[in-house]
Amino acid sequence: MVQFSLPQNSKILKGKFYKDKTGSNNLKKVNVYRWSPSSNENPRIDTFEVDLNDCGPKVLDILFKIKNEIDSTLTFRRSCAHGVCGSCAMNVDGVNTLSCIKSHSDIKGELNIYPLPHLKVVKDLVGDLSTLYKQYESVEPWLKAKVGERTQAEIKQSQEDRAKLDGYYECILCACCSTSCPSYWWNGDKYLGPAVLLQAYRWISDSRDEERKERLKKVADELKLYRCHTIMNCTNSCPKGLNPAKAIGSIKKMLATS
Amino acid sequence: MSDNKNSPLSPHLQIYKWHISSLLSISHRIIGIINFIFIILISSMLIFMGADIQTLQILFQSSIGKFLIICFCWSFSFQILNEIRHLAWDLGYGFDLKLSEITGILTIIGSFVFTILFYLIGKNLF
Repeated sequence: MVQFSLPQNSKILKGKFYKDKTGSNNLKKVNVYRWSPSSNENPRIDTFEVDLNDCGPKVLDILFKIKNEIDSTLTFRRSCAHGVCGSCAMNVDGVNTLSCIKSHSDIKGELNIYPLPHLKVVKDLVGDLSTLYKQYESVEPWLKAKVGERTQAEIKQSQEDRAKLDGYYECILCACCSTSCPSYWWNGDKYLGPAVLLQAYRWISDSRDEERKERLKKVADELKLYRCHTIMNCTNSCPKGLNPAKAIGSIKKMLATS
Repeated sequence: MSDNKNSPLSPHLQIYKWHISSLLSISHRIIGIINFIFIILISSMLIFMGADIQTLQILFQSSIGKFLIICFCWSFSFQILNEIRHLAWDLGYGFDLKLSEITGILTIIGSFVFTILFYLIGKNLF
């Protein structure tokens, strides 16, 4: 359902202000979305003054600094801190990205950090991605080949066929693209969204897979696939520089020509 | 996970930065609806209300009429140029981020160029 405004319990209030105590001359104001399930309050925006003279270069470093030195209750997901795992996906300065590879010096003025858009908030910057994971499961993201002579040995792939997966196999499922997509916001329960469709395309175009037709048939659905209107927010936000819009376009083209 | 019925929905439209592509996408839809209504209005004036080309001409020579017709020159140009972009995407071209940005800017500039061209051509003919 299209609902432009936030529901009553999600309206954002003004939160606390944490003034700098170091006396540094290189401060950055960081506005962070806060919500805790243990309180009955609405979400709020807390403002932290962070000393950049003693801080790493990435947005994640700022979050760590806040958690270590100012407010230890700040909650966010992170793991590898090198843009490989996709845990620390969040909305930084209005665009979804991985906070571990986003430089805070790129952002002029105050830094705004929100959880990934249009998700149920678990706590602070952690959103609930279980719907997306279910949808990922529904495209059966594994190699399917009938048991037979071909599967007795390694299934070989030519270099050209392997090259077809470039730009798709690198996806780390951080969900930046899906949660940037307005279509996915309004129809997230039915529309698969850019991340899952890119994964679907990755398996459709794998030369070793034998269920290409079935996969295409499964995804060819007014709601599952054709809710993509090429808004391109997905490609604009992908922190790995991939192109989900192109993957979806390729699926549509395959369906139109097959 | 968050079975908590009280968990809020994280902000979306309120905080997300606009890009040229998203801005063009939504304006393409809105302007598409306006053009659709306009065409129906004009055709029903001709078909059902007994208006002929002369009455329409008189209507469009008033200052409001002139303003309207220039507006619709722009909205149709915008719609058509954007539609060409979408057709290219359907054929599998133009998904590159930089390229899509350039075609987006060209669409905006082109819509104004077309409007001026239409206006000038119209002036010479009448």
